[in-house]
Amino acid sequence: MAETTSGARTFLDSLLAGAEAGSDALKTLRARALERANALSVPTTRHEEWRFTDLTPLSRMAFRQATAGAALDASAIAHWTVPEAATRLVFVDGHFSVALSSIVSVDGVRVERLADAFATGNAVLASHLGQIAGFEHDPFVAANTARLADGVLVHATRNAFAAQPIHCLFVSTQADVVQQARVLVVAEDGASVTILEDHVATHDGAYCVNAVVEIDVGANARVRHVKLQRDGKKAFHLATTAARVARDGTYSNLAVTLGARLSRNNVHVLQGGTGTHFELDGLALIDGRQLADTRTFVDHAQPHGTSRQLHKCVVGGGAHAVFNGRILVREDAQKTDSTQESRNLLLSEKAHVDTKPQLEIFADDVKCAHGAAVGQLEAEEVFYLMSRGLSESVSRSLLTYGFAADIVGRIGIPSIVRQLDAAVVERTGGQEIA
Amino acid sequence: MSESTGKVLLDVRNLSATVAGVQILKGIDFTVRAGEVHAIMGPNGSGKSTFSKVLAGHPSYEVTGGEVEFDGQDLLALPAEVRARAGFFLSFQYPVEVPGVANSQFLRLAYNTVMGGRGREELDPLEFDDYVREKLQLLEMDPAFLERSVNTGFSGGEKKRNEILQMALLEPTLAFLDETDSGLDIDALRIVAHGVNSLRASGNAIVLVTHYQRLLNYIVPDFVHVMDGGRLVKTGGKELALELEARGYDWIGREAA
Repeated sequence: MAETTSGARTFLDSLLAGAEAGSDALKTLRARALERANALSVPTTRHEEWRFTDLTPLSRMAFRQATAGAALDASAIAHWTVPEAATRLVFVDGHFSVALSSIVSVDGVRVERLADAFATGNAVLASHLGQIAGFEHDPFVAANTARLADGVLVHATRNAFAAQPIHCLFVSTQADVVQQARVLVVAEDGASVTILEDHVATHDGAYCVNAVVEIDVGANARVRHVKLQRDGKKAFHLATTAARVARDGTYSNLAVTLGARLSRNNVHVLQGGTGTHFELDGLALIDGRQLADTRTFVDHAQPHGTSRQLHKCVVGGGAHAVFNGRILVREDAQKTDSTQESRNLLLSEKAHVDTKPQLEIFADDVKCAHGAAVGQLEAEEVFYLMSRGLSESVSRSLLTYGFAADIVGRIGIPSIVRQLDAAVVERTGGQEIA
Repeated sequence: MSESTGKVLLDVRNLSATVAGVQILKGIDFTVRAGEVHAIMGPNGSGKSTFSKVLAGHPSYEVTGGEVEFDGQDLLALPAEVRARAGFFLSFQYPVEVPGVANSQFLRLAYNTVMGGRGREELDPLEFDDYVREKLQLLEMDPAFLERSVNTGFSGGEKKRNEILQMALLEPTLAFLDETDSGLDIDALRIVAHGVNSLRASGNAIVLVTHYQRLLNYIVPDFVHVMDGGRLVKTGGKELALELEARGYDWIGREAA
């Protein structure tokens, strides 16, 4: 990577400020990560993986570490609470809020703060933390790991089943700060859990989220991961999700991007055994000057894996969406069955999408299909609705709404579907149809 | 051929139209009276679907000549959605899928827009649900159809039934059914035909646009027209359809020439 510029270095340093105490193992992990974070630099657009996403605005910001103790009462987060999720862990500016959180125990599923897990020396930490999301080559994952002090641990033991989603709510209340978010999910063989990762803000100022989520899916286990990025309009959101999935396991990731001036969502899914199933659904609904960059990497490394991916972008104003979907089918991954679709709707002249499906297939007996489409609404679709009496503007709103609602409808958490549906109606000008 | 005395609903005079600069319709004269059923048959590419789409107001087609009066109005002067509100209906050969929009949401919106435009009372979701369920029975459709996204993942037969369901809801005075029978198995064809027949009334009319005579065993037309080369080249009674089935279309061209 290119030589660090001083501004970019300042940003990385702000991410690295103020490491905290912990066990020896944790200190070792942090030290290794710190070493990498110091060696790496903030990537520039000369770097292929960041060609469309210019991080220089980050370097111009003078971020500090968020201070703890910003008082929020329950009413301030009431409209983000999810009735379907009895267990909720709330982090305010990166700091755990005891008052706003509630943990309802379910047999076999342990949910706790990472800080508590560090203190009690939970054995799954040593075998998982920092080992799924690699930090060797990623300065943001390295900085997150170097600073690792708290977050969420979900540990589902063998065959445990949690019917309700576990809500991890990351709230920003301060401008000009960086906040880290960290989640580790370990689902042992046969276990089943749903995680709702949710990023929100109470203000309109600039701030930066640096999030890392690690997920280990055991044999025949299922993890469903819903990520809502509804950060403020001036926020920067940098995130990496890494999942490794053992034999016959299922991992599904549904990511909705509504907020942030600049966001980068990396999703890396590794097949660790035969017969795994991955589902990746994405929706970026952006306008104004927003940039939403999604980069997924599906690594079919074993036979009989299946993956289904549908990524949609609805881009208005002068916004810019980027999708880079890499699917690697390694030599041993025979009988892989993989589909990927990137569909993009441009709502204005200045809206812009860069989409790049990237299939690399080294096995010879596989089924892989991919497609990408960028454009405006089809005349035939608009005509169909108009032939049923709807005006052209209502027809266009309804089609745009449906394009986005298609992904929202898959979330499967009714209160979230309703909340996002309202957001989609608002963004697509569909008030008349709601 | 039966003699009709109903009022004229549609009067097409010397209609020509192009798509992407290519002349498809080359002077069509066509009159439909209330209470009638017409069938327009013809080989692929003869202009049947184009004729339907031009009348419905498809933006890709340009009318280059002629006049169309529909129920006393200049049809060609109306935008597509106004034609629908005025009582013109087109059942699509290829109904469009609208993922993310529940069929019930779409049907109610269409119903309220069209009926509201005709001065009828709009229905709230609960009232509409009761109303649409009656119509579903007519087409032997499961109520689960209402929850699914519009036409998304529907089989060919399900899409066509959904079209006729829309016809039942919107109560058109003139319905063009474009290849509604294509690709249907015999059970689905019977259901669709039964639905269409039950919507026939003395005040409305139906035009069946089809490639096959089979449909006409179930929905019996008063008139059969043959379209070829963008013109209606022959008109007869329902027996003409049987002759076309037996002899194909080639003899028509020779006879007209």
